[in-house]
Amino acid sequence: MANTVVGANPDPHASGDPNRRDFIHIATLAAAAGAVGGLAWPLIDQMNPAGDTLALASIEFDLSKVEPGQQVVVKWRGKPLFVRHRTPEQIAAAIKDDNSGGLKDPQTDEARHKPGKAEWLILVGTCTHLGCVPTVGGGEYGGWFCPCHGSTYDTSGRIRSGPAPKNLEVPTYAFLSDTKIKVG
Amino acid sequence: MAGPSTYEPKSGFERWLDTRLPIVRFGYDTIVSFPTPKNLNYWWTFGGILALMLGIQIVTGIVLAMHYAPHVDLAFDSIQRIKRDVNYGWLIQGLHATGASMFFLAVYIHMFRGLYYGSYKAPREVLWLLGCVIYLLMIATAFFGYVLPWGQMSFHGAVVITNLIGSIPVIGPHITTLLWGGFALDNPTLNRFFSLHYLLPFVIAGVVALHIWALHVPGNGNPKGIEVKSKDDTVPFHPYYTVKDSFAISVFLLMYGAFVFYAPDALGDAANYIKANPLVTPQHIVPEWYLLPFYAILRAVPDKLMGVIAMFGAIGTLFVLPWLDTSKVRSMRYRPAMRLWFLIFVLDCIILGFCGARAPDDAVIAGLAGPQFLDANLNSFVWLSRIASLYYFVYFWVITPVMGLTETPLPIPEGISEPVLSHPAVTPAGAVSSPEKRG
Repeated sequence: MANTVVGANPDPHASGDPNRRDFIHIATLAAAAGAVGGLAWPLIDQMNPAGDTLALASIEFDLSKVEPGQQVVVKWRGKPLFVRHRTPEQIAAAIKDDNSGGLKDPQTDEARHKPGKAEWLILVGTCTHLGCVPTVGGGEYGGWFCPCHGSTYDTSGRIRSGPAPKNLEVPTYAFLSDTKIKVG
Repeated sequence: MAGPSTYEPKSGFERWLDTRLPIVRFGYDTIVSFPTPKNLNYWWTFGGILALMLGIQIVTGIVLAMHYAPHVDLAFDSIQRIKRDVNYGWLIQGLHATGASMFFLAVYIHMFRGLYYGSYKAPREVLWLLGCVIYLLMIATAFFGYVLPWGQMSFHGAVVITNLIGSIPVIGPHITTLLWGGFALDNPTLNRFFSLHYLLPFVIAGVVALHIWALHVPGNGNPKGIEVKSKDDTVPFHPYYTVKDSFAISVFLLMYGAFVFYAPDALGDAANYIKANPLVTPQHIVPEWYLLPFYAILRAVPDKLMGVIAMFGAIGTLFVLPWLDTSKVRSMRYRPAMRLWFLIFVLDCIILGFCGARAPDDAVIAGLAGPQFLDANLNSFVWLSRIASLYYFVYFWVITPVMGLTETPLPIPEGISEPVLSHPAVTPAGAVSSPEKRG
């Protein structure tokens, strides 16, 4: 401020104290940042599942169509859902291994089906390794075998060998009647 | 850039980068230190508003494209799904649809500003031409975009516009078929319109870059229409015009927000809430408000081809304006007679807009049985739009060149700063001189 006119105010910045102009600058930038942030959220959140996608997230399924020893695959939330009607031998094989010590993700067979419905195994049909669909009846335990990287699951859908870290996921479901379930 | 660069790299990294890619220097010279006339008024803030609107339209448009389905069976429903089910879809779709109207509102103010202050005159002809190209691209983009919701007005509006092209002798019908990709406006048309609607905004952004480049060679014009003579006539763009533009943008966004939140459908047509039906045309086909004046010019001419020529001629006229204007005085502040013709011209454009929105045979003054003249009643929108269209062309092709040669302009001030700083009485005691050096 070399050439100030006669009677000029001293430069309020010279003292180094914050003045009204500093306050206005900060307030303006804060308001702008708030506005940008407020607008950014809708632009990001629009990518989350939409209302209609969430509304279609549960399905009902009639179990009477599935014979013992059979597996039916239905589509649920865009992914395969395994509905397996287990034979008494398969159930027995699963229970026998409950405490075998060879389980990577220890869980009893009891915990993987609804009480008193041991013959019905409802599983999300994607390998817990990288999401491939395992084939039923494959592998040395007679459960599932994933063709992508060789994970094998037993008749309870528990991981027994291969790179997958977890048992096949049991979705949230409920029996509406003896022969009807609602998944999701 | 106007003048040598004043950027001084502060850190070692900035010096290193500056000798390899002087991008910080470019940004500094363009939006921080750029010398800008100190007398710009609020009509000069619409350039910044338009840049913001282009940004908003591109961002919201990219988001909408994530949910939109460009297929005749799905398009209409996918828009409804966006409005009802997609998270914040109502907001994003509202911003985009209303944004088109706001974009045009701003561009019209920007263009009238250029007309009034003679912004198109030497040495800014290329700047003006690039602006005309942007406007033309905006019309095309808006047209393609309006088709996408696949409502009744989308569909039949597009039918009308594509058939316009068919009036060109010999090649017209072939071009129409080429546009349609079939025997009529159908799924192939919707697909390509979606593709082009996505493409053109980026072309606009490219031309905007050229527009700003062409602006920064001679620098901004100003309300006095005289050239900047020294550094005393200018202030750096930042903080003076960044702050002024920000304030104008805030006010503009308030109006934009009022529409988006309280009247999202006020600027649209109710017929577009009916899914497109190629077998039934709505009672009254009208374009969006921002194209109504040109639609009125089209309908004013009782011949198909001539109407199309008049409509495109109305836009084409803007391209030759720098060579139609014979006046050396840029700003109409100093051209009182021309200013009157200009104000009539603004009114004329608004009248054309009203004419475009009304059925041609409606009476202008209700209940008055006017006399028949040639093919239509004098008291009808047919004749009003004919008179208004005539004035539109006369203004550019007759009044503009003739006035420049015949009028006597008012004396033009010597310089931009002159009346502000030369008179001791207007310098308040205690004012800090060189305010442009303050942060």
